[in-house]
Amino acid sequence: MAALEVSGLKKSFGGLKALNDVNLTVQFGTVHAIIGPNGAGKSTLLNAFVGRLIPDAGKVVFDGISLVGLPPHKINQAGVVRVFQTPEIFGELSLLDNVLIPAFSHRDGDFRFNGWSHAAEQAAVHDVAKRMLEDVGLYSKRQMLANSLSRGDKRRLELAMCLAQEPKLLLLDEPTAGMSRADTNSTIDLLQRLGDGKVTKIIIEHDMHVVFSLAEKISVMAQGAIIAEGAPDTIKGDARVQEAYLGGAHL
Amino acid sequence: MNNTLAKQDKWLLLGFALAVLAGPLLLKPFGAGYPDLLQKFCIFGIFAIGYNILFGLTGYLSFGHAAFLGIGSYTAVWSFKLLTMNVVPAIILSIALTALFALVIGYLCLRRSGIYFSILTLAFAQMAYNLAYSVLTPITNGETGLQLIKEDPRSVDKWFGVAVADGIPSTNFFGISMVGYSGFYFCAVLLILSFYISIRITRSPFGLMLKAVKSNQNRLKYTGINTRSYALTAFVISGCYAGLAGAMLAVTDPLAGADRMHWSASGEVVLMTILGGVGTLLGPVIGAGVIKYLENIFSSFNEQILNSVFSFLPDAIQHPVVKLLGLFVGEGWELTLGVLFLILIVFVPGGLMQGVQSLQRRVLKGPSKPASSTTQGAH
Repeated sequence: MAALEVSGLKKSFGGLKALNDVNLTVQFGTVHAIIGPNGAGKSTLLNAFVGRLIPDAGKVVFDGISLVGLPPHKINQAGVVRVFQTPEIFGELSLLDNVLIPAFSHRDGDFRFNGWSHAAEQAAVHDVAKRMLEDVGLYSKRQMLANSLSRGDKRRLELAMCLAQEPKLLLLDEPTAGMSRADTNSTIDLLQRLGDGKVTKIIIEHDMHVVFSLAEKISVMAQGAIIAEGAPDTIKGDARVQEAYLGGAHL
Repeated sequence: MNNTLAKQDKWLLLGFALAVLAGPLLLKPFGAGYPDLLQKFCIFGIFAIGYNILFGLTGYLSFGHAAFLGIGSYTAVWSFKLLTMNVVPAIILSIALTALFALVIGYLCLRRSGIYFSILTLAFAQMAYNLAYSVLTPITNGETGLQLIKEDPRSVDKWFGVAVADGIPSTNFFGISMVGYSGFYFCAVLLILSFYISIRITRSPFGLMLKAVKSNQNRLKYTGINTRSYALTAFVISGCYAGLAGAMLAVTDPLAGADRMHWSASGEVVLMTILGGVGTLLGPVIGAGVIKYLENIFSSFNEQILNSVFSFLPDAIQHPVVKLLGLFVGEGWELTLGVLFLILIVFVPGGLMQGVQSLQRRVLKGPSKPASSTTQGAH
């Protein structure tokens, strides 16, 4: 069953065709990696999914809902959650608050005026926040301000924030960039554990170790289009991929 | 941890309430223990608390909140004129009408953020100010200001057969006259109530979202939150606070003038909030108190007083000293405020609350607990 169907997606910036007729089908519950050289249009593609940019043409259908033209918060409430390339967190708030916010968003929707209840006494939401922080190993730092974290920790915090929303489709834009090898491996573990095959994941990554550990299917982008698609083993041997992406080097 | 936080807030509220109610005694040694000034402290405290819900929590810097103060005052005076001298309908109507105005103005202004938002709010407030002086003269009575007269209809009062004494009756709370100390205690109770509501909002999931708007609005949008609705709600709430403050100004002194909506009045509440500590619970109240206190002190000084203070100096020195300091008092008291503000922003950018905290830390000499309880009180 297809969770996400993208057809004929186009976006130009002046003369540059950032997305040139992208067609992509992501199966429900799978991990789908999108790889490609810098400037291939991978992040632009994710931007089009989450409402950060509106494509010139084409369709993005998730779970039966057309995402094109919806504001970001509606797309998010539909279950599409994105981890950004540079960590987007609430720097002046504590780690706990950082995770509570998405947990409240998941419970209360895009707006609810609950100005009278006490945020610290909502046990169910706190349980979610606690579990998420424990999952990424940051629970002991929950009272610290998010800005004081290292870059790798910020990435893990953002991941915990995204998971607190119980996403249906998780978009990961280089989730392990800037992490040590050990942190990368624990993030891979976390992503593997996550969702029990119920969460669909699209991952953009340069680290082939991460891609081949996680992905069930790989799409290769170059110059705004998908040039190859298949299981990891097929992609490894594909001559076009090696030409476009790896400059002829062997994996 | 949950309970301790709530407990802290209870102590904070209790301490605050006691300090406010004991205001006449506590401030007597500073020469501020009389009702007129105490009422001002309370009213501008309410104004600043409300302003802080918008500016302190969401980070949206409004430069037009005095417009709501003015709308509140005009509404209250009209309620006194047309309906009754009882303050309750005046307050309710003022809050309702400012809420309506805040909803419309907020909806338009919040289409932009940052400096553009500030400019838009400033433009709206100036528009309100100019309208009050010109086109709306039938409602605002223009330059003279809206005042009570003996012949006002006061239909509700007449309906209930409230006896009309000679002259203009005074505002009252079900018979309790709102002049002097009873007026102060009425303001004090409303200030404590306002403070309580602001604690509740700050600690609520709603308040958390407002802080998130300030911290990273982009992330919040991609976390499924309709950030504009949250900001607009905060805008309306702070508008209601301003409307209440405006009504209270009319309650304690039943007249309303357009100068209440002047941009400098909008700027004053920004100063109060920053001076006390943006985003803290107590800061804005303290900032409002300090500014109103200094206004009172320095604007009452004149050259004669200065001359008598510096009479011990030889004439040749006394004269220039008095001339120089004379610039900073009386009409020029805002110069003193400017200097004070400058010093504060350079040395304690977080406002008085931050100053107090860093002093506390230095005295205790203990390393501060990470992101801890009281110090991060309002975060």
